[in-house]
Parts: sequence; structure tokens; C-alpha cells
Amino acid sequence: MIRSIKTRRQAVLVVCYGVIAVFMVFFLFPPYWMALTSFKTNQEIESLKGIPFLIQQGATLKHYQDLFTKTDFLIYLKNTAIITTLVTILSLVISVLAAYSLSRLGFIGAGILGTGVFLTYLVPDTLLFIPFFKIIGWLGLLNSKWSLLLVFPTAIVPFCTWILIGYFASIPRELDEAALVDGANHLQMLLRIFLPVAVPGLVAATMFAFTISWAGFLYPMAFIFSNEEQLLTVGTVTTLIKGDVYHWGGLMAGALLACLPPVLLYAFLMDYYISGLTSGSTKA
Amino acid sequence: MAQVVLKDLNKKFDEVYAVKDVNLHIRDKEFMVLVGPSGCGKSTTLRMVAGLEEITSGEVHIGERLVNDLPPKDRDIAMVFQNYALYPHMTVYDNMAFGLKMRKFPKPEIETRVREAATLLGIQELLKRKPRQLSGGQRQRVAVGRAIVRHPQVFLFDEPLSNLDAKLRVQMRVELKRLHDRLETTVIYVTHDQVEAMTLGDRVVVMKDGLVQQVGEPMELYSKPRNKFVAGFIGSPAMNFIETTISDASGALYAETAGLRVRVPAERTSRLAPYKGQAVTLGIRPEDLQEATGGDPQDLVFEALVEVVEPLGSEILLDTKVGTQTIVARVDPTVSTKHHQKIRLAFVPDRIHFFDNKTEQAIA
Repeated sequence: MIRSIKTRRQAVLVVCYGVIAVFMVFFLFPPYWMALTSFKTNQEIESLKGIPFLIQQGATLKHYQDLFTKTDFLIYLKNTAIITTLVTILSLVISVLAAYSLSRLGFIGAGILGTGVFLTYLVPDTLLFIPFFKIIGWLGLLNSKWSLLLVFPTAIVPFCTWILIGYFASIPRELDEAALVDGANHLQMLLRIFLPVAVPGLVAATMFAFTISWAGFLYPMAFIFSNEEQLLTVGTVTTLIKGDVYHWGGLMAGALLACLPPVLLYAFLMDYYISGLTSGSTKA
Repeated sequence: MAQVVLKDLNKKFDEVYAVKDVNLHIRDKEFMVLVGPSGCGKSTTLRMVAGLEEITSGEVHIGERLVNDLPPKDRDIAMVFQNYALYPHMTVYDNMAFGLKMRKFPKPEIETRVREAATLLGIQELLKRKPRQLSGGQRQRVAVGRAIVRHPQVFLFDEPLSNLDAKLRVQMRVELKRLHDRLETTVIYVTHDQVEAMTLGDRVVVMKDGLVQQVGEPMELYSKPRNKFVAGFIGSPAMNFIETTISDASGALYAETAGLRVRVPAERTSRLAPYKGQAVTLGIRPEDLQEATGGDPQDLVFEALVEVVEPLGSEILLDTKVGTQTIVARVDPTVSTKHHQKIRLAFVPDRIHFFDNKTEQAIA
């Protein structure tokens, strides 16, 4: 009896790992291909001979050198870093205050407003960028990276608010009440008790905000025309695709470097991220 | 140190009254317990005193001040919650010090007070730990400690012992009582447990459906319940309620039902006379029924069929059947009986209660 349970458990494990392996290959192949191509020489990339899955003619760092010396990659990187940092901070401040008031202050219409906030997230940016273009134009912010400080949060704030409402709901109300009775005002309570306890939820929201802003493509593409203001995503692509000529090595090198910050962030915050997402979703 | 006065206090959630017309005068240094079944409004009342719940109408005074519009932090109260509500990211020390820090106490003063409270509660060794490293009882002590370091005018307890296991609850109950004796501070304590209410309270407020049913000292509630609800709520096992009819024969009144006929004690006859021919509820506590001896007057004795015997050591509970009614009796451990046997039980005459069937008020 015991043995049969054990063998069944092993069978289940084998299936599980099998499925995981398939997914690993599926998801890790693109980054692998990216890395591979970025280290290949141009000759090897364009060559139809040999095995494409391996580097056979010697690795090179030339694409990386070119990226830093012959393109505005560093400017794009700087712009992206500035915008992403500011967007993340701005979005989080707004989301935290919105989520706190929607989940805790219990004013009339809070429920409807909460649903409304989420619904706005469902409007795709491919629809929104046209009216946004007009608004940005009126504000005189076309071709300025600062326009993104206004448009990115429109997509980020609703979703972050929603994640945070869910997470905040899992924090017992008595905790805020204890702080209020203990002598804190609402702001002190929020900063010293509530937010420290809500860290997993905040991490989840931060990761989301960071990723959306870092990977944003459509808005910078639509609103920014000059290299000095451009972001990493659009900048890399417009610089390294000239007409119908694709500089694959450079493109892949740029893409790989662009991936690094989010990957590092995820790696460090993974545990928090998962607990933030799950506790938020079950209690919402 | 302060009295707390609640004047015509009301709380409405949507269209339902959670608390209705509550008037209470809690004296300085008094241990006042609010007790009742869940949803009776006791916690809501407490939360209105704390300032955590908006007051629909009425007044709350703490000391000489009307506090209706004061935020909790300015009411000079401390509260202990059922789930402890300790700050999980802070050490025990910081949990206890938080309120003092918020009030900008000097550091040495905070240190002294926290150590003092920790010693009082026996948690000196735990000061550096985080709440998750504590047992339930230890957490409860920290929660109490967090309240007492502030030396507030009033302590509010919201079912503080409900999350503890039975043994620990009894132990903490005694400690809370001792603590109150030492600190001499006004306490308002909410519980659904009538034993806690009776053992802790200087006075007890019994509530039901948002209304105060009776306010009184524990033994007063026990011996002179004002209505059927209080009679049934206080005391364990609960009071027996027997549906009877009042009749008279040869100058005396009797409460009668199938299998049972009790003479109404002489001093009660004038109050019960108007109920002649009508149904009233007779109430008798299990401990006020005894095994009949030859000396008991026959009109206080009845015969019952034992259905369940529950020996508890110091006493025996008998579930018996008389006619169609179930009557529980609490008899001496020396009584020997078995189920399906008959036993003769006698009323303690001055412990019989009568209740009006319509108003459920005591007839006394």
C-alpha cells in the first residue's frame, strides 16, 4: 500500500517535471537565441551553413561595442531609467493612496469606483494613443520624454490600485485601528504600520509598474521622434533596423541588455512578488 | 482615571439599529463588562467609545469631556483587540513603545514604562522577539502591555480572550482581574462568554439586538434577572423554562403543566394573581432543583424520567423529561440514578422565577 502511494507520487512528479521542462524550453529558447545571436559574427548570422543553435565561428563582442560607441544606446538607457523610476514612484504613490482610500475609508460609491478603476485598465493603449496624442500636443509635450510621465501611469495606476486593494483587504482592519488608538494620525498609520505590513503587495505593484514602463513601446513610438528623447525599446529598434536591413547582432545585444534590469529585479523580489500576487488575488 | 457616560447612544447601519438608545454610566475605576450573543451591539458600543465607529446619535463622555467628535488618539483610551492586532514588522518592545513614540515621550521614559509593563506581565524575555515568534497567550500579553504602557484613562477590551484555548483563557482571566486591581483604571470589556462576564465584571451589561437588557452586579443578574433573555443567558447550564398555567385551589396559586404542579410561594401570589387561568413561563435553574427527601412539601416535588446522566465529578447533571418538557437538574454527586429511571425532584421555592409570556419580563 505504502509502496503504491510512493510509486504514484513518483509518477506524478515525473509528469510535473516533464511539463515544466517543455515550458522551460518554450520560454527560454527566445532569450537563448537572443544571447546566441548577439555573440555571433555577422558572417555567421547570415551564413546558411552549419548548425544555427551553436556558435561555431568564434564569439565576438563587436555588437556590444558598436552598440555603445556607434549608437545612442546609452542615451536611450538613461532616458528609460529616468522615466521608469519616476513613473514607478509616481504610479505607486497614486495607487497606494487610491487603494487605501477605496479599501479602507468606506465612503459612498467606493465599490463602484473600485470597479471603475479596473475597467479603465481594460481599454487598450492602441485605442488610447490617438486621443493622448492630441492631449500631449496641447500640453506642448510632443517629442519630450516627459510626456511619458503622464501617459504611462494611465495604464499602470488602475492595475496597481487593483492589486493593492486586494492586498490591503488581507491586512486585518484591527491593525490600523490599533495604530489609530495608539495615537497615530492617518498618515503616520499609513507610513509606519500599514505600508510596512503591505510590502509584498507593494513589491508586486512595483514590479508591474516597472515592467510596463520599461517595456513600453507604443507610446514612445507615437510621441517621441528624436534620438535624444527616445527610450530603449523604440530607440534600439529604429536605430538598428534601417529600412529593410536588420542588424541582427546589434538588435539582439540591445534586447539582451534591455532585459537585464527587469530580470535582476524579478530575481531579487521573486518571493515577495508571488506572495503579493496570490494573497491579493484570493482575498479580493 | 475617569468615568464613561453613554447618553441615548444609537448606531444605525443602513436602516438597522445595531445599538439603540443605550444609556450607561460606567464609574471611575469600574470593571464594566458588556455581554451578549453575537450581533447584540456590544462591540459596536465599545467601538463608538473608542472612536472607531461613527456615532449616529447620542453622546459619549469620557471623564468630563464630550468625545463624540474626537479622533481615537485624542480620547486617552487604549484598546485590546480579539486578534491582538500586533504590528507584525515590529519587535515586542517596539509594539509596546509605539503609542508612546507617537505621543513624543522622551526615550528613557518610554524605556522605563515598557520594562515596567513587561515585568508586570512576565514578558521581559520576549521584548526583542517579533509577534510571529510568540504563542497566542504571549501575544495577548503583549497586546495588553501595549495598552497599559500608555496609562490611559480607560481600557477597552474587545473579546480579548476568545482566541485562546480554554485553559489559558481561565488563567488570563484571573490575571486581567488582578491587573485591574493593581492599575485601578476604568475598564470596558466586551465578551460573548457569560462566565467571563460574571467573573470579571464589577457590573455587567447584558445586551441583545442593540438594546440593553439589564445592568447589574453579577449576582444580581443571576438571582434577579429582569427578563427571560437575561435569565437564560446568565448561568450554565441555562435556566429551565417550563410552560405552565396558573390555577388556584383552596386559597393558594399553582403553576401547572402535565406531570408537574408547583405551589406558588405565598409572597408571590399577589403579583401572580392577575395571571389566573393564563399561561406563564416558570423558570428554575438546574442548581435550584434537588433530589426530593421525605421532608419536602409535596406541592414542590415532581417526578421526572432521567434521560441522560452527565457526571462532572463535583456534581451530576441530569437531563430529565417531565410530560413533554425537558428539565435539567444539577444534583449532588452522591445521588445515584441511571438513565430510564425515575427520580423525584424538589424546587427550592424562593428560587422560582416567573415570566410573562407576552412581554417576557419577570413577574416579581
